Amino acid sequence: MTRHPSPALERQGGAVTTTAPPASPGRGRRRRREGRWAAWAFLAPVTIYLLLFYAYPLYRNVELSLRDYTVRSFVHGGAPFAGLDNYREILTNPTFGPALAHTVVFTVASLAFQFSIGLALAVFFHRHFPLSRTLRALFLVPWLLPLIVSASTWSWMLNSDAGVINAALGAVGIEPVNWLTSPQWSLASVTIANIWIGIPFNLVVLYSGLQAIPTALYEAAALDGASGWQRFWRVTFPLLRPVSAITLLLGFIYTVKVFDIIWIMTRGGPTDSSTTFATWSYRLGFGNLLPAFGPGAAVGNLLIIMALISGLLFIRTQRRQAS
Amino acid sequence: MKTSARTRRAIGAALVAVAVAGGPAACSSAADDDSSSAGSGSGTYAIWDPYPQFSDDSEWVKLLRGCGTAAGVTVERTGFDTTDLTNKALLAAQQDNSPDVLIIDNPVISTLAEAGVLTTTEETKLDISAMEPNLIAAGQLGGKTYGVPIGANTLALYYNKDLLTAAGVDVNSVTDWPSLTAALAKVKAAGKKGITFSAIGTEEGSFQFLPWFWGSGAQLTTLDSPQSVAALTLWTDWLGQGYAPNSVINNTQTTSWQEFASGDYAFSENGTWQLANAEKLGFAYGIIPIPGRTGGTAPAPTGGEFVSIPVQGRTERYATSQKLVSCLTSADNLLTTDTTLSYVAPVAAVQAKQVAADPKLKVWVEAVGAAKGRTSDNLGTKYPKISEPLWTAMQAALSGSKSPQEALTAAQAAASSATN
Repeated sequence: MTRHPSPALERQGGAVTTTAPPASPGRGRRRRREGRWAAWAFLAPVTIYLLLFYAYPLYRNVELSLRDYTVRSFVHGGAPFAGLDNYREILTNPTFGPALAHTVVFTVASLAFQFSIGLALAVFFHRHFPLSRTLRALFLVPWLLPLIVSASTWSWMLNSDAGVINAALGAVGIEPVNWLTSPQWSLASVTIANIWIGIPFNLVVLYSGLQAIPTALYEAAALDGASGWQRFWRVTFPLLRPVSAITLLLGFIYTVKVFDIIWIMTRGGPTDSSTTFATWSYRLGFGNLLPAFGPGAAVGNLLIIMALISGLLFIRTQRRQAS
Repeated sequence: MKTSARTRRAIGAALVAVAVAGGPAACSSAADDDSSSAGSGSGTYAIWDPYPQFSDDSEWVKLLRGCGTAAGVTVERTGFDTTDLTNKALLAAQQDNSPDVLIIDNPVISTLAEAGVLTTTEETKLDISAMEPNLIAAGQLGGKTYGVPIGANTLALYYNKDLLTAAGVDVNSVTDWPSLTAALAKVKAAGKKGITFSAIGTEEGSFQFLPWFWGSGAQLTTLDSPQSVAALTLWTDWLGQGYAPNSVINNTQTTSWQEFASGDYAFSENGTWQLANAEKLGFAYGIIPIPGRTGGTAPAPTGGEFVSIPVQGRTERYATSQKLVSCLTSADNLLTTDTTLSYVAPVAAVQAKQVAADPKLKVWVEAVGAAKGRTSDNLGTKYPKISEPLWTAMQAALSGSKSPQEALTAAQAAASSATN
């Protein structure tokens, strides 16, 4: 060993194992090849998983939307290629305009309220007063409930005739409102329910973001004579920006595809007044005795594209802010 | 280097967004695990039914097992939610994994027949001669029959005896629409609520509207006829005058039943399947058939399931499947099954036995006799394309966004363009 001080061996001792000893190039190549196989073997599960559970369903959905499927050709194959016919059908459908508008209103209103209420509560609970833990835990309840439970509860509470909300309004002398059964109110009702369900998520993420802000900064700001309001806008808000950004992105992806709440509460009705792309896609594909797979998949793909574009735009603005 | 890594990360994040948002895709392409048993082992036969409420120790499952034993095979039964079963059956057929016997809601038969998923009763030599013609019609398409009805249910009006007596209404006076509306007015004047039904924006809503639609003489091929407008106007006026609650627009048949069970409502349009719950009501109840516009019993739509034999790659399995279906639909077993499900039997002789055992069923047997399949009259898969505009019109008129005439004119336009 001392006669042949091989650099490779030394490096091996230093935990670098990839370089082959120059004395035996054949063995080294084999080892390198083995290393590559090992790398592939480690990569394989996740690749297969991605292909099987993400790429293939996505491909099938695109394929469904580009062919003219009937129930017969869905089972026996041979659906003719229809190009963008399904998309054309969707775009000219009288439901398209309202569904797009409702999706935008529902998503923007939900995000704005969820985020601002969530942030206000996070700042509130950040002060650590007696019982703050218990109260904070109570705020998580909407998040823990299965959606079918919370949506059904909301629809009972908002019932025109027997609902507790109309009873409360009646007690203070306000005329009952047909929350779920009038075209003017149905979208607002499902949005309110969705805001309530989304607040805990915003609260939890923003609260943990607040804990990452060093208290020294607040002390310094206080010494400089900053008011509570100034401390929030000059210290908390800017430092919370990365966390806020991810909260809003996740919130967006989640909200744009919300289906269960709307379906359980109003079925997208009455007459499309609370239909979003998510419920419309479901209604086309599954909500009828005779499923329309092609148009249903086309609407689903539009939803995916909306999420994709917003995600990319979001990441771009975030990167610009960072640099 | 830095930018490309960033781009990659951006695309990665975007893909995650896509994956999270791609809901419907996953449903439509996932293969079904439960069905793998269908093609395997000649001694095991798969039966799918829409009765998830029955567990393995229920009478229904015992009957299925018994029929299997009689045919010399083992039965593997899976109960699905009824709204799930259409797509499950289509997907299974796509994978050539269909169950040997499929029990499915009657209006779905035409969809599955259209898809080429079901065998005809000629092919599998099933005897359908004893079945009532108006019930089996829902399973017939182009002169061929695709299944055997296992039982039927339909709609009628449950009424609250105590409440009607208190309001001074004689239920025997309710024979047509004007007398029904007059009864509702009296109930309202007595400070109670009139009638509850389900006008939800799904097939369930159309199902509940059809007795009034047909009872006025309207045809599904012409949604904007004066008769059809009269039927929708009847409902709209009930809402306008406060005889029916505004919540009907969002009511399922279950929520509408809950309203009736509260004891505040005089009438409820509901089905045979509520009979067991009706016994638990805190007041005396009765049942009358839904009146036609000018009297008589209105034809209500038939509900209930058909037993069918899906197409198999291995046609030699049909012989055993045929034995299973014949066993399930034999007179004795029909009596057991329809009593369990609280359905009316599709065979006159068995209906007579049911009425003998429970005289309360008489009104239901009559209602089923007057009932009509939604996909009958050779409408087949046109029915779903008519039903959706119909329930949309119903919702538009009841929520006040359109007049009944406007709503139904729009519905007819939508139905014409969808069916042609």
